Amino acid sequence: MNPNLTYVLVVGVLFAAGVTLLLERSLTRVLMGVILLGNGANLLLLTGGRAGGPPIVGTTAGEDMSDPLPQAMVLTAIVITLGMTAFLLALAYRSWHLNGHDEVQDDVEDRRIMELADRDEGPGTADNDSPDGEPPQEPAERPVVVSGDAGRAQ
Amino acid sequence: MLVLVAIHVLAAAIAPVLVRRWGRRALYLVALAPAATLGWALAQTGTVRTGAPVVETVTWVPQLGLDVALRMGTLAWLMLLLVGGVGALVLGYSARYFRSDDPGLGRFAAVFVAFAGAMLGLVVSDDLLLMYVFWELTTVFSYLLIASDPTRRASRRAAMQALLVTTLGGLAMLAGFVMLGEHAGSYRWSEIADNLPTGGYLAVALVLVLLGALSKSAIFPFSFWLPGAMAAPTPVSAYLHAAAMVKAGVFLVALIGPAVVGATPWRPVLLAGGLITMFLGGWAALRQVDLKLLLAYGTVSQLGLLMVVLGAGTRDTALAGTAMVLAHALFKATLFLSVGVVEHVTGTRDLRELSGLGRRVPALAVVAGLAAASMAGLPPTAGFVAKEAAVEAFLQGGTADLVVLAGVVLGSALTVAYTLRFGWGAFAGKAGVPTTPAEPVRWPFLAPAALLAVAGLAVGAFAPAVDRVLVSYADLYPSVGSAYHLSLWHGFTPALGLSALAIAAGAGLFLLQRRGRLRPAQAPVDGAKVYDRLVGGVDRVAVELTGATQRGSLPFYLGVILLVLVVLPGGALLAGAPWPQRFTLWDTPLQAVAGAVVVVAAVAAARALRRMTAMILVGVTGYGTALLFILHGAPDLALTQFLVETVTIAMFVLVLRRLPAKFSERPIRASRRGRIALGVAVGVVTAGMAYVAAGSRVATPISVGFADKAVSYGGGKNIVNVTLVDIRAWDTMGEIAVLVVAATGVASLIFRRSRDLGLRRDIPGVGSSDSVRPRWLTVGATIRQQSVILQTITRLLFHAIVLFSIYLLFSGHNAPGGGFAAGLVAGLALAVRYLAGGRTELNGAAPVDAGALLGAGLFVALGTGLTAMVLGGEFLQSAVLDLHVPVLGHLHFVTSVFFDVGVYLIVVGLILDILRGLGAEMDRQQETEDAPEARTKELV
Repeated sequence: MNPNLTYVLVVGVLFAAGVTLLLERSLTRVLMGVILLGNGANLLLLTGGRAGGPPIVGTTAGEDMSDPLPQAMVLTAIVITLGMTAFLLALAYRSWHLNGHDEVQDDVEDRRIMELADRDEGPGTADNDSPDGEPPQEPAERPVVVSGDAGRAQ
Repeated sequence: MLVLVAIHVLAAAIAPVLVRRWGRRALYLVALAPAATLGWALAQTGTVRTGAPVVETVTWVPQLGLDVALRMGTLAWLMLLLVGGVGALVLGYSARYFRSDDPGLGRFAAVFVAFAGAMLGLVVSDDLLLMYVFWELTTVFSYLLIASDPTRRASRRAAMQALLVTTLGGLAMLAGFVMLGEHAGSYRWSEIADNLPTGGYLAVALVLVLLGALSKSAIFPFSFWLPGAMAAPTPVSAYLHAAAMVKAGVFLVALIGPAVVGATPWRPVLLAGGLITMFLGGWAALRQVDLKLLLAYGTVSQLGLLMVVLGAGTRDTALAGTAMVLAHALFKATLFLSVGVVEHVTGTRDLRELSGLGRRVPALAVVAGLAAASMAGLPPTAGFVAKEAAVEAFLQGGTADLVVLAGVVLGSALTVAYTLRFGWGAFAGKAGVPTTPAEPVRWPFLAPAALLAVAGLAVGAFAPAVDRVLVSYADLYPSVGSAYHLSLWHGFTPALGLSALAIAAGAGLFLLQRRGRLRPAQAPVDGAKVYDRLVGGVDRVAVELTGATQRGSLPFYLGVILLVLVVLPGGALLAGAPWPQRFTLWDTPLQAVAGAVVVVAAVAAARALRRMTAMILVGVTGYGTALLFILHGAPDLALTQFLVETVTIAMFVLVLRRLPAKFSERPIRASRRGRIALGVAVGVVTAGMAYVAAGSRVATPISVGFADKAVSYGGGKNIVNVTLVDIRAWDTMGEIAVLVVAATGVASLIFRRSRDLGLRRDIPGVGSSDSVRPRWLTVGATIRQQSVILQTITRLLFHAIVLFSIYLLFSGHNAPGGGFAAGLVAGLALAVRYLAGGRTELNGAAPVDAGALLGAGLFVALGTGLTAMVLGGEFLQSAVLDLHVPVLGHLHFVTSVFFDVGVYLIVVGLILDILRGLGAEMDRQQETEDAPEARTKELV
């Protein structure tokens, strides 16, 4: 099969524009990037099958028919992109509703770990660092007395 | 043997219930499980004395060749006596040590007896993998028992330390086991022993196995975890960290020793590690003021000695070693239990505070004294017999053995010194310290310790009887010179002299320390510090790594992923892709026109500053793509794409009316350039992939055969539709499920409470106040402020459009259309109604919960598939029905139409959810937000 240069060009441009938008922080822009990428991916799938007449028996002769398999795949992909668009739009709206903007924020927890790394510190959980820098090699506390009342305990 | 393990599992399962019912007395009942082990082992004594192992094999996972292969030789028999006997006695002791209202008692009983079961399994496993499983189980149970009091930081820390150290060793050991097992072709030790590798391979395997054994038995440099584990309650220390678990390493060395004693690193590693541990442990014991820690360091020292004796690898040392294992378990468990009693009756175990206890609780002093005598190696105890045997065995050896002997004698002197320190510290009256007040000791509390102490004495007295059994293990080693036999009295031998020397030296050391001439310094090497550095270092690396890779920024993550896309597939394209030499510019020139429109719109969309502009441009790319679909010969795609694009634009308009007109922030120039560069790179790579992929295609497409099959099996002429509902129906099934999830996601993001509530509020005729039945596709009577003409026209058109959608649904099998397209058309009809008349109109047009539509659709689709299955076909197999109905004429009917109906319902449900969520509910939220503002304004 010979590649169709028009498709190749359109796919490339759709991906380039889609990725550029996808890397933005505004959810609306991200979403538009997703749609452009979706269109590009659908065309990319379509390039895998040859063009021709509509794949409907009786309308087109068998050898003139376009390849129906990529079309079936693309068809569901189109509708799923719709579902995803709706979901991301709802997300953008929710973000705007709660925060007053639709920007994707950095993760707070990750930010905290990065600050630890910048300060050259460990995670600092209670069990891992001792307060005086000396590992408590011997149990610092008094012996475990399960029962303080020895008489009753016997 | 398997039955015994099962008894322990059962006991562990019911222990919490028993404890809840009978309190601490239940522990006596639980003690029956280890007691059963003891009884069984005793019953097998006759067999063991003949040297024949007791074998039991149950097939477990035949595919892996993994059997539950159990095997009890002399060594395992000895361990079973200790595991069962000491276990039962310590549980009996615990029944007095704890109080019935201790909150963790049920858990303690369960874990303790489970540990006894794991230990039992460990010593009788013949299969090394099975042994590893039990080995790690003991580690885990030990972890749980050390952290019996999870509220104390020291407990948690000690438990984690013990877990990390022993698990690390265990993993190394597993690697060693795998090396040995893979070489031998079997994981049963009884078979591996006859089929050992040689040279470097064996050396590496042995070092790995030794890592496990040494870490488990707290040998230098892993010694530090054992004193830390003293955070556990005293019964745990007595059982796990004196008698049973720490002996697992010793047991392993003794088990595989006879086969590998000649191999390169075996003896040096064990002798050196053991001697160092013996000195460091004994020395550290002299410094302790806590009686329990003193015993713990004593245990470390004794474990070192055991490794030396069992690692030496002659018949006589092996005999001495097994006797020593027995003696040590008996006296060390007794001493720990005694410390527990001391602590109970006085409230302390600090030897600086205790004074005159020997006079106040003489019975306890006698019991502890017997055990201490055994520890110091005084006649007529088991300890004496064992130590005599060891000294004698090394005396018979060469020069190297004499060096080891000197070490053993020196270690024995240290043992005597810290034994004296223990006895003096616990029971002696001290000048300047007031006599410690003490409660009287009741006999049930003391009895377990007393029994163990007496057992120690008995082993000494009946040494020849013990000898007759243990010899069958010792004989696995080659004999050097005359065969030694355990006995209390061998006459005035050099060994006796050396024993006396060690005792005298130990007493001297003790007196020196008492007079203040000897101040034991802390050991220069401290495993605990190394451990802390290592753990801290791992934590630091983790933070740095996480901080460097987990930036928490979505663009960063996406950028990394896309960069990989550019570098790897892009690199592959450059490196060696078969670039096609022949290509076509277009199939028809019209494609170039449509393509140019898409290209221009896409670039402009990426540059647009206003949301609405960008949205319209994105829409243009969509319509342009639809045009390309038509030109490609894909009418179904084009139809769906046109519809989806229209719905998308409607959705965008609904949301964008709430968001600001312009994008909030232009990214800074540098990062924007980076984004564009990455975007262009991805575009170029993808275009390259499209070019190469399309040109590489040489095989006949699988879809060539679709045309005939679509007609004959699928009963339809539209191949794309038949593919969706029949040939690849499973795919479609998954995809409509995704749609349901997306619709639910939209609803849950927008509706604050439930989809249902937001709906009910607005449907006229639904609800308790109004009993009129809602009518589907109704034309309501609410024409309000919107354009009257538009609203009227949409009402006129609405039914026609819905009818058209149903036509598309049913004709889709033979002509462009189908469930997806039809659902979109119906959805658009609803959207038009909503846009013209607001949410009241929408609810009038579709007075139904979107969730119900989605559910019904999924139900119908699944039901179609399942019906086919019930009728004996495959899931989603379709049947063609050709009927001749009188008036209507020939009726061609395919069951997959039902599946398409399900798809239709789901798509309509999705769009209804979108309209309700992004449209109606947003309106409502806006109104409620505006309302108070308006009121405030009026007030101002």
